[in-house]
Amino acid sequence: MKDENASAPLLQVRGLVKHFPVKKNLLGRTTSFVSAVDGVDFDLRQGETLGVVGESGCGKSTTARLLLHLIEPTAGTIRFGGRTVGSVALPLKEFRRQVQMVFQDSYASLNPRLTVEESIVFGPMVHGIARHVAQARAHALLERVGLDPVRFAGRFTHELSGGQRQRVNIARALALQPRVLVLDEAVSALDKSVEAQVLNLLLDLKGEFGLTYLFISHDLEVVRFMADRVLVMYLGRVAELAPTEDLYTGSRHPYTSALLGSLLSMDPDRRTVAAPISGDPPNPIDPPAGCRFHTRCASAQAVCAKGAPGLAAHSREHWVACHMFDAGSGHGSAPAKAA
Amino acid sequence: MTGSILEIRDLRVAFTGAAKPVRAVDGVDLALVPGEVVALLGESGSGKSVTLRSILRLHPENKTRIEGSIVAAGIDVMALSGAALADFRGKTVSMIFQEPMLALDPVYTLGAQITEAIRKHESGVSADAARKRALGLFERVRIPSPERRLDSYPHELSGGMRQRAMIALALACNPKVLLADEPTTALDATVQVQILLLLRELQRELDLAMIFVTHDIGVGVEVADRIAVMYAGRIVEIGAVRDVIRAPRHPYTIGLLSTRAQGGRLSGKRLPTITGSPPDLASLPPGCAFAPRCSSATSACLEAAPAAVELGHGHAVRCIHTAAVA
Amino acid sequence: MPERAQEILRSPGYWVTVWRRFLRDPVALLAALVVLGLILMAVFAPWIAPQDPFQGMSLQRLKPPGTEGYPLGTDELGRDMLSRLIHGARISLFMGIVPVLCALAIGAAIGVVAGYSGGWTNTLLMRTVDVFFAFPSVLLAVALAGALGPGLFNGLIALTLVFIPPIARVAESVTTGVRTRDYVEAAKASGAGALLIIRKHVLGNVLGPIFVYAMSLIAVSMILAAGLSFLGLGVKPPQPDWGLMLNTLRTAMYTQPLLCALPGVMIFITSIAFNLMTDGLRSAMDIKT
Repeated sequence: MKDENASAPLLQVRGLVKHFPVKKNLLGRTTSFVSAVDGVDFDLRQGETLGVVGESGCGKSTTARLLLHLIEPTAGTIRFGGRTVGSVALPLKEFRRQVQMVFQDSYASLNPRLTVEESIVFGPMVHGIARHVAQARAHALLERVGLDPVRFAGRFTHELSGGQRQRVNIARALALQPRVLVLDEAVSALDKSVEAQVLNLLLDLKGEFGLTYLFISHDLEVVRFMADRVLVMYLGRVAELAPTEDLYTGSRHPYTSALLGSLLSMDPDRRTVAAPISGDPPNPIDPPAGCRFHTRCASAQAVCAKGAPGLAAHSREHWVACHMFDAGSGHGSAPAKAA
Repeated sequence: MTGSILEIRDLRVAFTGAAKPVRAVDGVDLALVPGEVVALLGESGSGKSVTLRSILRLHPENKTRIEGSIVAAGIDVMALSGAALADFRGKTVSMIFQEPMLALDPVYTLGAQITEAIRKHESGVSADAARKRALGLFERVRIPSPERRLDSYPHELSGGMRQRAMIALALACNPKVLLADEPTTALDATVQVQILLLLRELQRELDLAMIFVTHDIGVGVEVADRIAVMYAGRIVEIGAVRDVIRAPRHPYTIGLLSTRAQGGRLSGKRLPTITGSPPDLASLPPGCAFAPRCSSATSACLEAAPAAVELGHGHAVRCIHTAAVA
Repeated sequence: MPERAQEILRSPGYWVTVWRRFLRDPVALLAALVVLGLILMAVFAPWIAPQDPFQGMSLQRLKPPGTEGYPLGTDELGRDMLSRLIHGARISLFMGIVPVLCALAIGAAIGVVAGYSGGWTNTLLMRTVDVFFAFPSVLLAVALAGALGPGLFNGLIALTLVFIPPIARVAESVTTGVRTRDYVEAAKASGAGALLIIRKHVLGNVLGPIFVYAMSLIAVSMILAAGLSFLGLGVKPPQPDWGLMLNTLRTAMYTQPLLCALPGVMIFITSIAFNLMTDGLRSAMDIKT
């Protein structure tokens, strides 16, 4: 992306692609793919929270796993602090110390045979930190995330509530003293009253440790509260990227507008009267040609089924992948091409 | 209440399978008039789903102790058994679930399942007539190309379409009461709105009474006439949607409404929260279950479970400080 | 590190909890006591047995149980049945437990490696295992023992080979399940290598289920070993072995049916006890809340 004005991004993702094989023929050759992530570019800037939103199957969780190299990308590069991840300058192990992840399922992401303390000290000990140092760090972190180490360090995960487990997961991720935290639907499974507590904790920790967040969620309200910029994904591609308030008050992409239009009003006198779009998201095994959203888009024209729109700057900081905002695309609403 | 289509009196449900009995529902009273929608709102473990399932007696008999009375369309549900219970389920009261794949049988086509449901409850309906009705239902829930979809298996449909098919199945025998257990929770936002609109429209056209269980206040506001807020097995606040949303009186409802991250970041401010976590239902305190998390709790709160305080217009709150909390 | 004002509260460890839950299951506990009794009986056989199991009295052949001096009667060579049954526990339990333990070590290693690596390694290892799995276990045991020749040691090898495939299969499927759990992903994300992840996060979660499955094979192994002995492929006379005793006593089936059934009863009791104990262990290990 052409971000000349911004300082060098902390994390730079270019052309990220992941195809999962789904069908094989008799000879073991793959005959069809799910294109879960299909050419995603974005930057994560030092100290910001970048929200990622989209519906199920849009590729947001796959993107998170690709970032941490938990699955191998089909194509694309990831650079961290200007160095390519996996190169001699930045080995994967060092990268993983700097970028940590918190998963959605607080129970499945903690080893049931380990105590809370053992789970937290595992990471630091992998990186050669002595056990007693790691333990002291674990106790300090437990204290920091609001769990009394005296009561919780020796417990097993099945003895904790969902909110407490997610606090342990956050402490575990922070134990490596990372610079970036990838939060993959980290509060989605929590009850609303507990969710608010964890969101506050994440805000406090970010300031205290100077963290950078990639905050993935399907909940637009929560993303609006947390994020500085928001990336909207649809079927493996970026639809729109903009500063949070720009996006929520002046969205450009018809899909973003539909997502925002689907938010419930919380006002009995202003109930939704018509659904912003109809139907379900298409199957990512066989995505529509051209713009992937054109099958559900009210403004779709012939051009939308032909070519995929590129991500282009609508204004500074506000990027949209839609033919309507691409000068000379051939869409009736597109601005005229500058002479 | 006279003329109610569904009346629950002092419902108590305890699960006795574990070492200590779990008091999942602890004295719920609720009555619905025909054509009324009540949203049963609460967090996990509040007893909202257990209450709903009790109306169809879906809990395993040997591990559940259930007390109180449930009367639906003049039928004493607690007295039903065997064939009478099977006939009651689906015909008088039917239910839709969060996960349609669990409610639909994967080895039969959708058409076969709906026709079977119709012919089981109404003897003398021919296969052709039942199929015609199934087609009508599919059109009604707006499944595109309904004729072809009747011959589809559940796994061949997308999530939103499956939910529509399940609604069609639930409405097949013209029930008087529809129970909805988080039917839109697993759906994406753009699909959720479509299903909510559909349910609201069908409910109005068919004059159904509906209990809609949800953890999302927004969903409750969207579909319901009244909201009942549950906490630790009790309804702590009930009233018309406008009253509960605009003038909540129970500290828990007030807390829930203020913790919603709505309207964007409040200039870097933290969200207001309810401290602590939901109580352990196997060892509930004798007094108000919310007292340990409540900022206005006093020693009196710990003594006895608070009785419902009537505030007029059917707005009732179980809190001894109701007068003091503005 | 600063001194902590309070000692950290520690929950009882996993196996302590399992043990407490096991103690609360009366059926499993009784079964475990029976197993313990059988093992003690085997270990102390020479001291417990009232007579020499090899010494026959030709005048006292095939006496029914309850005969003066022979509480469980005598066999076809006039040897004391009680003493032979007590001594028989040694070989029968040995042939039940040892092949399963050997197969557990090998099969679990194959299964865990295959399950954790996935891909080609998995395909290669598991297809090889499947070839053996395709034969019925009785047939395989008989064929292997027949090829190796009779004898205790050859029987042991044959039974070990028979039990490697099923244990590897179970180990592979359990490991595959654990490998995709988020906590293994999280361990990978913290930079840990495969060996460390297997040791710290995989083994702890898979060995329990694999061990329980292997325990359930002990009874099968005993019965198979008895079968081999019965066919003359395992232990050779005059060694006291329950399977072999069943074989040699079969000539007296119509004259002394009660006597003939005694070795079978022992095999039955042992396998039931092992199975009930395994069931109890399995439910004790299933800690959810």
